[in-house]
Amino acid sequence: MALGVALLCAAPAVARADGPAADAPARVVSMNLCTDQLAMLMAADGQLLSVSHIAFDPLASPMVEEAGRHARNHGQAEEIFAMQPDLVLAGVYSDPYTVGLLRRLGVEVVQFPLETDFDGIRSNILKMGDVLGQEAAARRVVAQFDTDLAALRPADGARPSALLHYANNYTSGDKSLAHQILLAAGLVNATTEAGITAAGSVPLERLVMLLPDLVISGQPYPGASRAEEVLRHPALRDLQQRQSGATLADAEWVCGTPFVLRAVARLVDIRERM
Amino acid sequence: MALRLSLLMIVAALFALSVLIGPAGLSLGDTLRALLLGQGEAATLVMREIRLPRAILAVLVGASLGLSGAAMQGFLRNPLAEPGLIGVSGSAALGAVIVLQAGLAATWWLALPLAALTGALLSVLLILLLAGPRGSSLTLILAGIAISALAGAMTTLVLNLSPNPFAASEVVFWMMGSLSDRSFDHVWIALPFMMIGWALLLSLGRPLDVLTLGEDAAATMGVATGRVRMVLVLGIASCVGAATAVAGAIGFVGLVVPHILRPFVGARPSALLWASALGGAAMVLAADLAVRLVLPDRDLKLGVLMAIIGAPFFLHLIYKTRGELR
Repeated sequence: MALGVALLCAAPAVARADGPAADAPARVVSMNLCTDQLAMLMAADGQLLSVSHIAFDPLASPMVEEAGRHARNHGQAEEIFAMQPDLVLAGVYSDPYTVGLLRRLGVEVVQFPLETDFDGIRSNILKMGDVLGQEAAARRVVAQFDTDLAALRPADGARPSALLHYANNYTSGDKSLAHQILLAAGLVNATTEAGITAAGSVPLERLVMLLPDLVISGQPYPGASRAEEVLRHPALRDLQQRQSGATLADAEWVCGTPFVLRAVARLVDIRERM
Repeated sequence: MALRLSLLMIVAALFALSVLIGPAGLSLGDTLRALLLGQGEAATLVMREIRLPRAILAVLVGASLGLSGAAMQGFLRNPLAEPGLIGVSGSAALGAVIVLQAGLAATWWLALPLAALTGALLSVLLILLLAGPRGSSLTLILAGIAISALAGAMTTLVLNLSPNPFAASEVVFWMMGSLSDRSFDHVWIALPFMMIGWALLLSLGRPLDVLTLGEDAAATMGVATGRVRMVLVLGIASCVGAATAVAGAIGFVGLVVPHILRPFVGARPSALLWASALGGAAMVLAADLAVRLVLPDRDLKLGVLMAIIGAPFFLHLIYKTRGELR
């Protein structure tokens, strides 16, 4: 699977090249893991002052190294305001009080919607290019994304079923990015195939009854939790051993950025070995 | 004897129901074929790895809690004494949470039950120390409230400080208890400690009977209160520690069960010990079934149900004993 490996290296091709446009914001702070990544992919040198502390966590962030070149913030209105930003990037689910307070203080805050499919990724990339004054860079990122995605497009053939299994028996329904990642990799989502379309907690018994070809488990976090114990439940252990179960890094799944193609490439690789 | 037999039959019937009912929607024939013959891959996994250990744990946890309650009430001659209410379960949960978050539980399987046992042990010792040998209701309950509150607060603190994003929301599990998604791993962790606890507590039958005559009379009959107390403390700590380590703190079982069964066995604590173990198993099996039938998809906590059943009993007992509460 040389292609997949090549993509793993190629994906973070940073498209930054142009100097900022004249009216582009010069002091940008991002307070959300996903806007962190999009901004780091496109911002001009020195344009992005700070990214969220989560961007420094290798469990959640695929751009830890790049994050190291920026200051870190913890999403607190006071610390962000002290950086005197002329633009703050946030997600729609960022703390509404923080966002509201920053706006009251006269700071421009742009919120990005959650991406639930690949079109959502494209439109967020273009939106980021737009607010940063990096439209050309954004178009290049999208073009590269489409080229890489096309290269991964699965040949027709058997489509094994995969179960997305997270802590507390959560699973992703058909309106999730994870679902689209499975489809792009030539898999089908075991739960939606069985008519369980809504995301949420599904009893372990029902998940086991699906007998998926592949179990994709959420990534365990440090410390311990009962929520994650279920990922190692003996009933699933049997399925996982037989079916080359995979734990896939959250960092490549949680945000709608070109990095999801790494997840797709890994799944294609697993599928071809099945 | 007749009581013991009918309790055994109730436990057996509830156990069967517990194994047969679940969200997978298997038919009766499928469940039996999967359970007994291993036919049907998915069904066998569901039956043998999910439902069977859950039902077994309900029996083990219920028996341990019922027995602990009966023994504690017998020794203190106080119907309000119950491990969940006076903070023993809460302290066991604190011990369990500390080793889980410190990562010790993952490296050494005995760490989890031992830590829960230690938590339970410390709190029982503290309560006996505070309440004194006769265990006056007021001091017992007040000491219990203080220990419960402290253990609960510390458990919350440890879980809040955890680097794990899910840990903080699990305060509910540790305080209310649940048997969902438990496996045979948990059965093997708890069973040895529970068996030790049962042996210790059941050996107290005769001493507890004699103690009903008063400590002086018991002493003339060769019952050493100090030794009885030590066995009781170790037995309760083993039972409650092991149960809490795998199922969280489930309250009221040790209160309600002996209370219901006492009229059937006369005033003999020895008979009540056996009956409460069986009754506790039946109670937790029934509660766990109810949890699955009432809100199948929502993981209703066992302790919530037990509190709904148990709190009225508790209030009734307080009302009845209010003459002594001063």
